[in-house]
Amino acid sequence: MAVDTSEIRKEIKKIVGKKFLPLKIIDELVEKSVKENLTKEQIRELVKRTIEIYERNLIDPSEACGIVGAQSIGEPGTQMTMRTFHYAGVAEINVTLGLPRLIEIVDARSIPSTPMMNIYLKDKYRKNAELAKKVANQIELTELNEIAEIETDLTDLTITVKPDKDTLNKKGLTIEELFEIIKKMKKISAEIRGDEIFIALDEPSYKNLLDISEKLKLLKVKGVEGINRVIIRNEPGEGYVIYSEGSNLEEVLKIEGVDPYRTITNDVQAVGRVLGIEAARNMIIQEAYNTLSEQGLNVDKRHIMLVADIMTVDGSIKAIGRHGVSGEKASVLSRAAFEITVNHLLDAGRRGEKDTLEGVSENIIVGQPVNLGTGAIQLVMKREKMKRD
Amino acid sequence: MEGANSITKKIDYIEFTLLSPSEIRKMSATKVITADTYDEDGFPISMGLMDPKMGVVEPGLRCKTCGQRVGKDKCPGHFGHIDLAMPVIHVGHVKTIRDCLRATCRECGRLLITDKRREEFLEELKRCDETGRSKHYVYRAVIDEARKVESCPHCGRAVGKIELDKPTTLRENGKKLTPSEVREWLEKIRDEDLPLLDINRNAARPEWMVLTVLPVPPVTVRPSVTLQSGERSEDDLTHKLVDVIRINQRLQENRDAGAPQLIVEDLWELLQYHVTTYLDNQTSGIPPARHRSGRPLKTIAQRLKGKEGRFRSNLSGKRVNFSARTVISPDPNLSINEIGVPIKVAEELTVPVRVTNYNFDWCKKMLIQKFLPENAQKEYVPGVNYVIKTAGNIRRRIKITEKNAETMLEKLEIGDIIERQLMDGDLVLFNRQPSLHRMSMMAHRVKVVPYKTFRFNLCVCPPYNADFDGDEMNLHLLQGEEAKAEAEILMKVQENILSPRFGGPIIGGIHDIISGCFLLTHKDRKVRLDKASYLLAAIDYKGDLPIHVDENGERYVYGRDIFSTLLPKDLTMKYKSKVYADRDTSEAYVVIKKGVLKQGTIDENSIGAFKGKLLDRILRDYGMDAGREFIDKVTRLGIAACTIFGFTTSIDDEDIPEEAKLKIQEGLEEAMEKIKQLIHAYENDELEALPGRSPEETLEMEIMKVTGKARDMAGEIAGEHLGLENSAVIMAKSGARGSMLNLSQMSGCVGQQAVRGERIHRGYKHRTLPHFKKGDLGAQAKGFVASSYKRGLTPTEYFFHSMGGREGLVDTAVRTSRSGYMQRRLINALEDIRVEEDGSVRDASGKIIQFIYGEDGVDPARSYNGDAVDIDSVIADVKGEI
Repeated sequence: MAVDTSEIRKEIKKIVGKKFLPLKIIDELVEKSVKENLTKEQIRELVKRTIEIYERNLIDPSEACGIVGAQSIGEPGTQMTMRTFHYAGVAEINVTLGLPRLIEIVDARSIPSTPMMNIYLKDKYRKNAELAKKVANQIELTELNEIAEIETDLTDLTITVKPDKDTLNKKGLTIEELFEIIKKMKKISAEIRGDEIFIALDEPSYKNLLDISEKLKLLKVKGVEGINRVIIRNEPGEGYVIYSEGSNLEEVLKIEGVDPYRTITNDVQAVGRVLGIEAARNMIIQEAYNTLSEQGLNVDKRHIMLVADIMTVDGSIKAIGRHGVSGEKASVLSRAAFEITVNHLLDAGRRGEKDTLEGVSENIIVGQPVNLGTGAIQLVMKREKMKRD
Repeated sequence: MEGANSITKKIDYIEFTLLSPSEIRKMSATKVITADTYDEDGFPISMGLMDPKMGVVEPGLRCKTCGQRVGKDKCPGHFGHIDLAMPVIHVGHVKTIRDCLRATCRECGRLLITDKRREEFLEELKRCDETGRSKHYVYRAVIDEARKVESCPHCGRAVGKIELDKPTTLRENGKKLTPSEVREWLEKIRDEDLPLLDINRNAARPEWMVLTVLPVPPVTVRPSVTLQSGERSEDDLTHKLVDVIRINQRLQENRDAGAPQLIVEDLWELLQYHVTTYLDNQTSGIPPARHRSGRPLKTIAQRLKGKEGRFRSNLSGKRVNFSARTVISPDPNLSINEIGVPIKVAEELTVPVRVTNYNFDWCKKMLIQKFLPENAQKEYVPGVNYVIKTAGNIRRRIKITEKNAETMLEKLEIGDIIERQLMDGDLVLFNRQPSLHRMSMMAHRVKVVPYKTFRFNLCVCPPYNADFDGDEMNLHLLQGEEAKAEAEILMKVQENILSPRFGGPIIGGIHDIISGCFLLTHKDRKVRLDKASYLLAAIDYKGDLPIHVDENGERYVYGRDIFSTLLPKDLTMKYKSKVYADRDTSEAYVVIKKGVLKQGTIDENSIGAFKGKLLDRILRDYGMDAGREFIDKVTRLGIAACTIFGFTTSIDDEDIPEEAKLKIQEGLEEAMEKIKQLIHAYENDELEALPGRSPEETLEMEIMKVTGKARDMAGEIAGEHLGLENSAVIMAKSGARGSMLNLSQMSGCVGQQAVRGERIHRGYKHRTLPHFKKGDLGAQAKGFVASSYKRGLTPTEYFFHSMGGREGLVDTAVRTSRSGYMQRRLINALEDIRVEEDGSVRDASGKIIQFIYGEDGVDPARSYNGDAVDIDSVIADVKGEI
C-alpha cells in the first residue's frame, strides 16, 4: 500500500509551523496518520496536542541531568550478574556480558576481554555458501602448524613442511601458495618436493634450526591477525553471516565481499580509530544499551547518550575515571576529592592553579550551594523596597 | 534563620601556590627549636612543639599570638617553623625536580634547547591554551628534547645524565647530588624558562621544592589527648616533628663542631628520611615510620588521602544535626507519603520557629501545652525543647522543663526563637543507604506513632530497596522554610513515583496488595454484601454499587465493581493482564470503560511497580496526587481482600499427585538415559563436535541442554497439577511474589547446579566427590539435582546445591563493590553536567556536551517509557472526540 505520505508530511509541517518537534515524532505522526486514515481536522488536532504534550515533557533548565544519568546507569549495576561469558547470538562464541562488560565500556578499554565481530557480507556473497566460506577463510587466522606437520632434521639441519591435503583443501590453499608464503621468510631457501616443502637454512646451526622451526609453526598462512575463529551461520532473511572470535576491524573491512556498512565489532576503540568518533559514540550507546537490556534492565537511552557524549566530546574516546574524564576536570578540589588526592594538590601548587568553584564537589567542599537545580537560581528579595511598598 | 537578613559571602576562587621559605618565616608565629613539648609541671615549653604562640587546644587557655581562646572566639591556630640545618628534598615534588634538572644546564641554568626551539614550544603552549588541548605533551616534548642534547647550547657545558634513585636521591652521571647542590642548580633556572617546565612563576620557584624551612602546623591541627591516667598522648604529626627537630639539632651540632663528612652525611640522610615520612609515610622504597606500638604513623599525606581521608570523609561528606536512625517496619494503613515516627524520636527532633506578632499565641500554646493537666493522658503532645533569646550580641539557649515552663511563658517575647518538637504533618527527608539513586531520599509527612520503629507503606520499599529483616533508615528534619518548600515540590514521594531511569512508575502495588486485587477481580468473584461493606469501608467509599441477588436470595456485589470504585470516572483503556500473558483470548485482556472494570483480572500488569499500566495511566492523566491516592487505596483494598477471602500458602501448596510424581520420575530417567547415550557416544569418539568446539565442550553443552530440558519437563508436569486455586500459583502468576520456576523446583525437580556456568567438575581427582567413580561424567556425579525441594535432597545433591549457592553469595559480594566503584566514577565524571536555559547540556566550565539534551530535549522521567509523546493514545483521544 503505497500511499503518498509527502502530502501529509507537508500538512503536518505546516501545522507545526515555527514550533519544534523532533523528526522522529513527525515521522511517527505521518506514518500513523496514514495508517489510521485520519481526516484533516483530526490531524490538526493530533499535531496540536502532540506539540502541547511534547513541550510539557521537555527537561527543565538547570536540571542535574548528569547526576540523574549516572545514577540511572549505576543503580541497575547492582542488579546485574557478574557471570561473564554468555552466548551472544551464536551459541559457539562466548562474549563478556553483564556488569564486567558495562565496566569495560565505560573504561573505554583498548582491547575488550572478549573481542568479537559480526561480519555481514555483500549481496553476492551472503546468498552463496561457497563464496561465504571463501571470505571466512580469508578472515580466520591460519597458522602453518594447523595445516601442516613441521619436521626438523637434526642431521643435515633442514626442515620439511608436510601439509595435510584435506585441511589444505578446506582452507582453499594450494601447495604453491603455501610455498610462496614460506619463501618470504628470511634466512632460508625453500623448494617444493612433491607434496612437501623442503627448507634449508642460510646459516645452518642448531639454534637457527630451532628458531626457524618455531617461527614456521606460528607463520601466518592466511587470515587476519587477531581473529582466531570464525563461524558461518545462515541467518533467515539475511543469508550467510560470519561471526568471529577476536576482532580486527581495519583488516577485515579491506577484504573483498565484506559489507563495510553493516559489519560491526565490540571493540569501541577500533571503531573510533577506523570509523571515527561519531561511530564510536554510537557504538558506546549501542553496546551499553544492549548490555543493560540483555539483563532485562530498562534504562532510558538519553542517559546512555550523555555518558557516550561525555566520553567522546573532544574527539577522542576518554574513559570514565581518573585517567579520562575525571582526571581532566578543571577543578583542583574536585580532582583531589576523587582519587590521587596528594599529587593533584602538589601539582596545583606548582602550576599556581585557580579553582573557580563552578562544579559540584568544589562547592560542597567549601560549603556553598551547588550550581545545579535549585542552587543555580540566585533570587534575592530586596527588603528595603518591600517595606516601602 | 540567622542568615535571613544577611547575604552570605561567596568564595570567588581558591588559588594554589607553593610556600616560599620567606613566606613560611613570615607567617610563622614562632621558631621551634626544642623537641620537647611540656615541662615537668605540664606547661608547654616556649619554642617547643606545643608553644602557645601556635594556638591552644585546652578550653580556657588563651593563644599567645592572637589572645583568643579556642571554641567561642575561634583562635584558628598559627603556624610555626623549623629552620633546617641542611636543605632536604620535598618527596612530593621529586619528579618535578628531576625534570627540571634534566631540562636545564648545571652551569648556566638555562634550558638545554636553542632559543629558536624555545620560542616554538612557547608558541605551541599558546596554541594549546587557545584550542583547549592538554599541554601535557608539550612539557614531555621539552624534556625529551633536552635529554637528547649532549652539551648546553648556551654555555657549552657537557650535559650529565640525571637519574632519580627513589625516593629522594638524585644522581648526575651516577654521582650523588646533595640537596644543597640541587638547590643551587634550581636557583639558576631563569623565570622566563619556567613556563616550559610546567611551573607558574607567580606561584612557585623550583628551588622552593628543596626545603630549607619546614612549616610547623598549629597545635589545633595536631591536638594532644589527655588520657584518664593523666598521661598525655601526642598526635602522630607531633611525634614526627619531634624526630625532625631532634635529628636537625644533632646535624647542626655535628656540622658546627666540624664532625667528619661521613657522620654529617648520615645525619643529613636521616633528616631527609624524617622529613619525607613526615610528608608522606607511604613513600615506596623506604620503611614507614612507626609508633612505639608498631602502628605506622598517620602523617600529612595519609590525613588527606583515601576514603577515610580529609577530602572524602570530612569535606565531601559532612555530619548533620536533626537526624534520627532506627529500624524500619511496615504499616499498610499509612499513606505512601507518610512516615510513622516514634515518640522518642519526635521528642528529640526540633524545628526552629521565630516568635512574631502573628504566631505569638500559638508559640505560647506550644511552650506550655505539654505540661497542661488536660493533656496528661494524651500519648503525644509536641512541646518546646529550647527557647533562644538574643540580647545584643549574646544568644542564650534556655532548656524548657516542667519547672521553668511557666516563667518562660511570661518571658517569651517577639523575636525569640522556639525550638518546637516534631508534629504530625511536618515534612522530613527519609533515606536508606546505599543511596544509589535520587529515590533513595524522599520527603514524607510525619505521623507520630508509639513504639520505636519508623513505619511506612509497603509500596515505598522498591525505591529504597528496603525490606524489614532488620534494615535501618535515616530521617532528617528540615530546618528552613526554603528547604521545606523545595522538599515539598521536588522530593515528596508522589513526585518520585515515576522513575527518571525509564519513565515508568517505580512505586506500585507489591506482594499481598497484588494477591488481594487478584482475588477480588479474578473470574467474576462475588462478594457477599456484608463482606463487601468491609472492603468498601477500607477504602472510604461512599456511594452506590450494583447489587445482585443470587438464587438463594443472598445479596452480593461483584469484586470487579468494588475495584472500579478506585478508578477515575472517565478512564477507558484495554491491555493484557499478566496471568494470561501467554493467551490471546478475551479473558486475557483487562477492559476498563468509563471508569468501570468490565472484564479482566487485576494483577502486576495493572497496579505493580515497573509494569503497572493502569497505575501509569492514572499518574500521567490525573496527576501525582491522584496516583498517590490510588496507590494508598489499592494498598488498603488489597490487604482487606486478602483478609476476608483468606490467603495463605504452606508446604502442601507444592503437593502434586502420585501419578505426576511418577511421570516426572519417568521423564528424568529418560533424560538420564539420553545422557548415558551421549557419554557413550563421546567415549567411542562418535560424538560430532560442534563447529569450533572440542568434543569435551560439545558433550558438556549437550548434557546441559538435556538437564535443562529435564527440569523444564518436570516443571511443566508439576505445573499441570498446580492450578489457580493454589495460593502459591496465584502469587507466581499474578506477579505478587515468586515465579513458576520456584514452584517447579519445590514440587518437580531442582535441576542442574552450576558453578561458573558449567556443571560442577572440581573437587577430588577426576571426580567431584568420593561417592562417584573416577571419570564419571553422568548427571548425578556432576551436580544434577533430581529431587525436589519438597522431597528433599540426597547428601550429594545437597552438597552440589550448596556449591551453587555459595557461588551466588560470592557473586553478590563481588558485584556490590565493583558496581559501587563504577557508580562513583560515573557520578564524578557527570556530576557537573546540567541543562542550560538555552537547552544545551554543558559541564561546569561551560563546555557544550550536547546541543539538545538526549537528542530531543525530553525529560526521561516525563517520557512515556522513553518516548516523548504517546502518539497512539493521543490518536485514540482525538478519534474519540472528532
